[in-house]
Amino acid sequence: MVNDTLMPGNTAGLAGADPVVAENLTKRFGEFTAVDRVSFQIHPGEVFGWLGPNGAGKTTTIRMLLGLIRPSAGKLSVLGFDPVKETKIMQAHVGYMSQLFTLYNDLTARENIHFYGRVYGLSRKALARRQEEIIQMAGLEGRENTLTANLSGGWKQRLALGCAIVHNPRVVFLDEPTAGVDAISRREFWGLIYAMANKGTTILVTTHYMDEAELCQRVGFINQGRLVAIGTPDELKQTHMRGQVLEIDTPEPDRAVRLLKEAQMKKNLPIDEVALYGAQIHVVVPSADEFLAPIRQLLESEGLLVNTIEWIMPTLEDVFISTVLDPSEKR
Amino acid sequence: MLNEVVISAQALVKQFKGQGRIVTAVDSVSLEVRRGETFGLIGPDGAGKSTTTRVILGLLRRDSGTSSVLGFDSMRDVYEIRERTGYIAQQFTLPGDLTVMENMRFFADLHGIPRKLQKSSIAELLKFAGLTDFTSRPAGRLSGGMKKKLALACSLIHRPAVVLLDEPTLGVDPVSRREFWNLLGNLRAEQGLAIFVCTPYMDEAERCNKVGLIYKGRLIAQDTPAGIKKMIPGHLIEFKPARFEAARKLMTGMPGILEVQTYGAMLHLFVDEVESRQKQIEAVLEGQGIAWSGMRVIQPRMEEAFISLVRRQEASENGQ
Repeated sequence: MVNDTLMPGNTAGLAGADPVVAENLTKRFGEFTAVDRVSFQIHPGEVFGWLGPNGAGKTTTIRMLLGLIRPSAGKLSVLGFDPVKETKIMQAHVGYMSQLFTLYNDLTARENIHFYGRVYGLSRKALARRQEEIIQMAGLEGRENTLTANLSGGWKQRLALGCAIVHNPRVVFLDEPTAGVDAISRREFWGLIYAMANKGTTILVTTHYMDEAELCQRVGFINQGRLVAIGTPDELKQTHMRGQVLEIDTPEPDRAVRLLKEAQMKKNLPIDEVALYGAQIHVVVPSADEFLAPIRQLLESEGLLVNTIEWIMPTLEDVFISTVLDPSEKR
Repeated sequence: MLNEVVISAQALVKQFKGQGRIVTAVDSVSLEVRRGETFGLIGPDGAGKSTTTRVILGLLRRDSGTSSVLGFDSMRDVYEIRERTGYIAQQFTLPGDLTVMENMRFFADLHGIPRKLQKSSIAELLKFAGLTDFTSRPAGRLSGGMKKKLALACSLIHRPAVVLLDEPTLGVDPVSRREFWNLLGNLRAEQGLAIFVCTPYMDEAERCNKVGLIYKGRLIAQDTPAGIKKMIPGHLIEFKPARFEAARKLMTGMPGILEVQTYGAMLHLFVDEVESRQKQIEAVLEGQGIAWSGMRVIQPRMEEAFISLVRRQEASENGQ
């Protein structure tokens, strides 16, 4: 096993040292800048969400953190190690799971854990104990001898996480771990994430589900390679939402949407977005206080009944879309 | 005709037989979708969403029950249905080497739309999908979100009265997902189309005006999103305990606590009455020396409702 106290530059043992630090991290592929001067820190035991549209640079960042590709510029430190120069030593302390996790379908759940344990260089003796810990942690009791091929999506995903952390890593990178998994399994998976974090493991997770992003302690939004916002979900809702959201309840939502779109097009009212949410409508305006009455008036003047119109808290998805979409270049 | 029933299924059953066992993929499902409605069939992977959709479209044979689209029987009138419905299958891919325009023409030809009429309707659909500037780009080189929008445009080329979409936003980022749903909203608001969508995403259920929750082949609830949330008894209290597992064990089975759900580092408790129970919870936590933060009453979302309904279903199955 690696003795980290002997490793130069390893500050992981120091209280308060951030396990992941990126400073002006940049990656260029030819002319294309995939990651552009990105700086962030992840604190010990934190669950950090790394969010962005497809092609924003999320996976490229993770690949640099894992030492799989070299940054073009900037500084990077994972547990005090330089991922480029100290790749092997660092990787012994880092776990990684992607949405395309590879499990051996013809092995049982326990055999998969054993296999990954051996790959990470655990002794048979250490592994015998660790294996049972992982089975318990992932809630795989009773299924440990099931062929992996016969496990459902949610079980496979938890097994994959178990395999990714068999060597007890102190930092875990999860790249869209819940893609294609149902709501109940996703809840259980997030339970596991927090169980790890509560034991001091630091976690970076990417996801397309903004309701999951709400579960992160802090999130960073990356768009076109640039970090555009970073903070707790509540902070971002207060600081990064362009405009405020009004929710309208009316018996004729379809007609109301048409009227609001018309007003938006004719620029009668400064409406940023009109969207149908089932029987309700969400309208984004610069100020809820100022435009609540005029919007109500517009609808009522057309003979539309407005049951309620109220200012609601934006979701993290609202904030995300508002942050990454510049109004001048809506796709 | 508003309120006209566009999709109907009554006691629909579909079984798959093989290797000596019978799997009931769709188990006595009854549902109705009316003109101008966006109906979301919501449920986990393997719940029976795609199979239900395929049986309704006549792509799979039903074993019993009835199903129809626009009054046409799913098994007898397959061609009538096909002429009048748009369908995007799960993980449907467009010919990647054809350009956006060629794809549109290809689907128009398939539906036998005369070239003369194609020009204006294709232009209109491209505008609707925001693809006017990309007509000469090969479909294979479009972003994930644009591919989905092109697929939607292609499925609308023959002016169907109803579209069935099987997980149309799978693997699509939040920005594109929002845009896609805005397109569906426009279709409903402007053209009164009936839209039938399968999705595992609970937040997408909030964008439908009627939702069917499917689990293990059974429709366990069918109502408006607000109506489904009302099916969950009690009020929802959220807080973050310092010692999660200990707090969870304490809360489970406590009087007045109807259900305990976990939400990341937080606990969600459904209680019969807010004020007295909140005091009781705080007292119990204090008594055990467990600190907490952020205790508040929140509105249950579709996801909380779904989890609760599924658990109830499982409890009733296990109890018998």
